[in-house]
Amino acid sequence: MAKNFFDKIRPTFSKGGKLGWLHSSFDAFETFFFVPDRVTRKGGVHVKDCVDLKRLLIIVVLAMVPAFLFGIWNIGYQHNVVFGLGWSFWQMVWYGFVKIIPLYLVSYIVGLGIEFASAQIKGHEVSEGYLVSGFIIPLIVPVDVPWWMLAIAVAFAVIIGKEVFGGTGMNIWNPALLARAFLFFSYPSKMSGDAVWVGGLSKALAGGTPWKGGEVVDALSGATPLSHASLDGLSAAGTSAWNLFLGNVPGAVGETSVIAILIGALILVCTGVASWKIMCSSVLGALFVGWLGQIGGVTDIPCWEQLLMGGFAFGTVFMATDPVTSAQTECGKWIYGFLIGALCITVRLFNPGYPEGMMLAILLMNTFAPLIDHYVVSANVNRRLKRAKTV
Amino acid sequence: MSDQIRLKKGLDLPIAGAALCEVTKRVAPGLVAVKPTDFRGMVPRLLVKEGDSVKAGTPLFADKKNPAVVFCSPVSGAVDAIVRGDKRKLLEVRVKADGKNEAVAFDVPKISSLGKAEMTEVLLRCGVWPCLRQRPFGVVADPAATPKAIFISGMNTAPLGADPEFALKDDYAAIQAGVEALGKLTGGGVHLSLPAKNFAANELHKLTGVVFHAFEGPHPAGNVGVQINHISPINKGEVVWTVDLHLVAVIGRLFLKGVYDTRRVIAVAGPAAVKPSYVEVPAGVSMQDLAEYFGEGDVRIVSGDVLSGEAIGREGFLGFYHNQVSVLKEGHYYEMFGWANPFRGKKFSASRAYPAFLRCKKKYEMDTNENGGERPFLMNDVYGKVLPMDIYPLYLFKACLAGDIEKMENLGIYEVIEEDVALCEYVCPSKVEIQNIIRQGIDLMMKEM
Repeated sequence: MAKNFFDKIRPTFSKGGKLGWLHSSFDAFETFFFVPDRVTRKGGVHVKDCVDLKRLLIIVVLAMVPAFLFGIWNIGYQHNVVFGLGWSFWQMVWYGFVKIIPLYLVSYIVGLGIEFASAQIKGHEVSEGYLVSGFIIPLIVPVDVPWWMLAIAVAFAVIIGKEVFGGTGMNIWNPALLARAFLFFSYPSKMSGDAVWVGGLSKALAGGTPWKGGEVVDALSGATPLSHASLDGLSAAGTSAWNLFLGNVPGAVGETSVIAILIGALILVCTGVASWKIMCSSVLGALFVGWLGQIGGVTDIPCWEQLLMGGFAFGTVFMATDPVTSAQTECGKWIYGFLIGALCITVRLFNPGYPEGMMLAILLMNTFAPLIDHYVVSANVNRRLKRAKTV
Repeated sequence: MSDQIRLKKGLDLPIAGAALCEVTKRVAPGLVAVKPTDFRGMVPRLLVKEGDSVKAGTPLFADKKNPAVVFCSPVSGAVDAIVRGDKRKLLEVRVKADGKNEAVAFDVPKISSLGKAEMTEVLLRCGVWPCLRQRPFGVVADPAATPKAIFISGMNTAPLGADPEFALKDDYAAIQAGVEALGKLTGGGVHLSLPAKNFAANELHKLTGVVFHAFEGPHPAGNVGVQINHISPINKGEVVWTVDLHLVAVIGRLFLKGVYDTRRVIAVAGPAAVKPSYVEVPAGVSMQDLAEYFGEGDVRIVSGDVLSGEAIGREGFLGFYHNQVSVLKEGHYYEMFGWANPFRGKKFSASRAYPAFLRCKKKYEMDTNENGGERPFLMNDVYGKVLPMDIYPLYLFKACLAGDIEKMENLGIYEVIEEDVALCEYVCPSKVEIQNIIRQGIDLMMKEM
């Protein structure tokens, strides 16, 4: 049935048809519903593997679903705790759901809109890359971020971060992180501090609206455990390593629950979609610097607890492993991942102004990934040249 | 024997329709064609007209740049048609056999009495020179060049490829004579690679005058380019020659019988082949002579293997270097939400994104569907897993795309031809035409040098 529908409207959208200029968009929708009937061309391989980008990217989205679902509950839970509402499980989920859906609508409408428009202008096929970026963005921003801000951030990330470089596959920085960085530096008051990470809290504080259990808020005003913990340790922040592992702490929607992220990591590694080398080396890098900080007396936090805090786990699993912006060579991946982990913890330890080091660490290493690759590839080139001399 | 070389990277395609070890037909010479397009970069100068009568071994055309290199008719008969394409480019010289099976009787001296120059002269004069190909770039060997060594692959790992031990089982004497002849052309020796499995029991292991190498691993371990990369990689300025094993037999027959005899046993195989098996054919055989193997319906006939062969159609002719015909169903169909199907049991994927890796014994009825749309390069680790060479494939492809000669040189363009990167194209989730990219890179290199 759907096939008939597409067959019927195809002439309208083909070259020369009434809406021929919308060809890219038509193609995007058609290939979403149907794997196309195109066959391999003469002069290349005649059979092809059945994997395509849609499949790989949907697996990445699938891997984020546990973090996404946990995040929905956690939004409601944090709101419930702070305002002392005594909600049931489903009430919390509903609150989180209502909070998160507009963020997704904004993210996908703005992001995909720009992607479609630019594919349309260039006459390319629409690339699926934004499906993943668009899913990540709402997971790494504060739940209370104003929609218009998010829209601007998404537009910035897609246009400046991606399209000006030539679109999917050509970008230097991870678009999702770029959106977050844009918010962080443009609207710091909405992106940092303690209140923003609990749904409804900043509004309540600003408006002077009375809320139940105001005393709880005082105790919890270190809403992200990270900002306190980075100075004083976990117990001062009113939480424990176990809570961080489970994720029932305030924070960006998707990044709090290490266990949900680990499920995602397992999916990504088992399907071979993301590089386990980057994940491993990032953890190693973080442990190493965390350990240095510990023995150097900079912090009292055991190095392994650093892995549970803030956006480290989410960044390591879902953003550092972005195949476009990470290092491309297998050896380079080890270096790239290690430096991300190391930088993230370094920022945490030495700059309390930016307790969340992961975003900056990944963006910085995105910038340097081509340099790392350059040296790895140069080594190969030199090996080849040397071989010529010795023979 | 040198050490065994074990390759881990690569992929054996689990494609259905392997040829049974049985010769089911001996095709008598009918219509055959010699195609100048089989020889990369060669500009032909025609030596015959339509209607001319020819014998097996009569030159049909020569290389304009190197007139001593001639390309001969494989059968006796009359020139039936000279087929030209755009801009009058010569595509095919067709010869209709007369059934007399006459051959030019060449005066061939004893191998042992020849030096390099005389051997070169004999091979050129008797029309077997095009059997020798040259790396870099896979062109017909330049008679004036001095090759570092000559390499022969005695194993075939290509999907559904003809098993040399079966297809060449009557040709060992000719192969022996062939390698002796080749030995005269180089100081670096004739290198023959054999499968590590049953290495010593392999019939080819009885040959004398060659250096043996043992290789183990999935495709493309049988590609001569991969073997060279592990035995003695090609550096800038160096030249090596390669000969397909079944063409070594052609050279050998020249010295044993004094004639240009290019008959070969080919595998006709593939998921859409009617009775996949071996067939004895003259070189350049018309596919019409093999029609009973293809069946009805929308099928693609490929001269060569499914990864690097050429689609030639039901009316086409076997390529000069090919000893295999693959038959595939065309994949003109839509598949609803195919990319979202968790199992997709009828399709194979080398990635773990589908559970195909759990069905390890299964053979798949592959067809020519692209299984997706073309996208920019996104994944970066899939290509290296199927290229067992010390090369960064993605960087090489990008250098070719950019047309950056120095980078291509540095990243290893001299060491690959299309067939070596064919698996990269197979696994590419972005459906990029990688062999085409490499082809353009090589064409650019040849133009600039």
